[in-house]
Amino acid sequence: MPGAIHAEGLVKTFGDVRALDGVDLDVPEGTVLGLLGPNGAGKTTAVRVLTTLLQPDSGKAVVAGIDVLKHPNEVRRQIGLSGQFAAVDEYLTGRENLQMVGQLYQMSARDAKARAAELLERFNLAEAADRTAKTYSGGMRRRLDLAAALVVRPPVMFMDEPTTGLDPRNRLALWEVIQDLVAGGTTLLLTTQYLEEADHLAHDICVIDHGKVIARGTSDELKARTGGERVEVVVHDRDHLVTATEVLGGFGKGETAVDNHTRRITVPVSGGAKLLAEVIRELDTRGIEIDDIGLRRPTLDDVFMSLTGHAAEEKEEESQ
Amino acid sequence: MTTVTDAVSTSAPRTSNPIVQSVRDSLVVARRNLIRMLRIPEVVIFGLVQPIMFVVLFSYVFGGSMNVGGSTSPALYREFLMAGIFAQTVTFATAGAGAGIADDMHKGLIDRFRSLPMARGAVLTGRTLADLVQTALTVVVLAIVAVLVGWRVHEGLPKALAAFGLLLLLGYAFSWIGALIGLSVRTPEAATSGGLIWLFPLTFISNAFVDSNQMTPWLRHIAEWNPFSATVLACRELFGNLPPGYQTPDVWPMQHPALASVLWSIVIILVFRTLAVRKYRSATA
Repeated sequence: MPGAIHAEGLVKTFGDVRALDGVDLDVPEGTVLGLLGPNGAGKTTAVRVLTTLLQPDSGKAVVAGIDVLKHPNEVRRQIGLSGQFAAVDEYLTGRENLQMVGQLYQMSARDAKARAAELLERFNLAEAADRTAKTYSGGMRRRLDLAAALVVRPPVMFMDEPTTGLDPRNRLALWEVIQDLVAGGTTLLLTTQYLEEADHLAHDICVIDHGKVIARGTSDELKARTGGERVEVVVHDRDHLVTATEVLGGFGKGETAVDNHTRRITVPVSGGAKLLAEVIRELDTRGIEIDDIGLRRPTLDDVFMSLTGHAAEEKEEESQ
Repeated sequence: MTTVTDAVSTSAPRTSNPIVQSVRDSLVVARRNLIRMLRIPEVVIFGLVQPIMFVVLFSYVFGGSMNVGGSTSPALYREFLMAGIFAQTVTFATAGAGAGIADDMHKGLIDRFRSLPMARGAVLTGRTLADLVQTALTVVVLAIVAVLVGWRVHEGLPKALAAFGLLLLLGYAFSWIGALIGLSVRTPEAATSGGLIWLFPLTFISNAFVDSNQMTPWLRHIAEWNPFSATVLACRELFGNLPPGYQTPDVWPMQHPALASVLWSIVIILVFRTLAVRKYRSATA
């Protein structure tokens, strides 16, 4: 059975740029899909197609069981959209914004009013409810935007980079809200540039680059595919780097990476904690003092690096 | 932030009648635009200054040298002029509607609107309705100023109100042209100038400020068929502001100016509303 969000072979070109180059997605009901990729990878274009804002050149999209291309207005009754640019009217108060959105979702004026009050309370905006959104901080605007997307408690939600530009405290708060939503049964498609965010929130992850899905799976699957665990050592004395690299090379299952600047050596291994103990003993025997040592699993950064040959962050700067 | 415990998700309620929905959604959007106008009163105030300036400039600078219906009396010209200023003022709503819509189109809010299950023309209709309210307000203020400089109506209140009705209908029609311009340009600034530039030839090659009978023949033909001229002449008749020796040109829109004015406005609304709504739906902002 197709999921609450289902897309097949989506293609969208802007001039010469193939923003979507045959994207397939499937998000089972009640789960979160993290759509991961650098700026310009096609994440926002995918969201815009699925939320009826953009017509694809070809392909098929079904949201909440409804064909997006054939019945866009029916789809709109089932979805909530929270974008990367807080979509609120600055000259309206928080309350007026939510009431307007409620009424445009075809709620009665009275229901929209009651729902607005409820959401303002929940999103800690009650005190600022009657101030214009212009006076809100970035975090408050983002909360108001998210509240607007939740006015009808839509079964399917789309969030396009919901935490971009937020400070860590607000980001964590937003993560909590998202987790609560999903616990309540909402299906969510979330785009992000933050690997950590996808790791934290998403059941499944789709990595896209240049309009194509280049990998999909759970966070664990992606990490396993990239390679197992690795030992990471920071030596105290730069003069010990060469010797320490030799030692680690002896235990390694792959190429040893050395960062001269941070005096950090990383090597893929297999053998877990027992192996780590052996490494420590060996380094100690050779009289190499270490500042830090650890066994770590690949991060999504490693995944991204091995999939695209470049780090997510680097690519981002290029395309800006 | 406390927990969101909406255990049951629900889709949006359905409004059965599309016309009811369209009217309702348009009014919701109009209300939003009116609230914005109240919170950014500069826009409304500047909108008032320009026509008042025109009244004063035309009355006192040009007044003495204008020949209308064979008379050069400044007092007669002031009466003659006013319908032209009124009509020009209502059509300047074009620029406001255009700038407002261009501004909306380049903010995230338009994505919100387009992702909501609302009537498809409501964002634009709501905007044009709000502009109509603003235009009506401007016309009231302008009428007061006009009375102060000596303008009077001579055909009674019902006819004067009918004239104002024609003016507002024309203004409403023109705000749809503005809407289309606003959807077609990249910035609100471009919409403002794009909304104004063509209004100058349109309002000047008409009977708004001068007696079109005195134009060279080819210009006179344009002026007589100009939608603008029909409304202006209709208003002059309804206000009783035509100078005594005025010769009504012998062409259909000038012989039946009120009917011509209504027809022109309806045609403009039908054509430009259709184009604007189509453009809005396909716009990718």
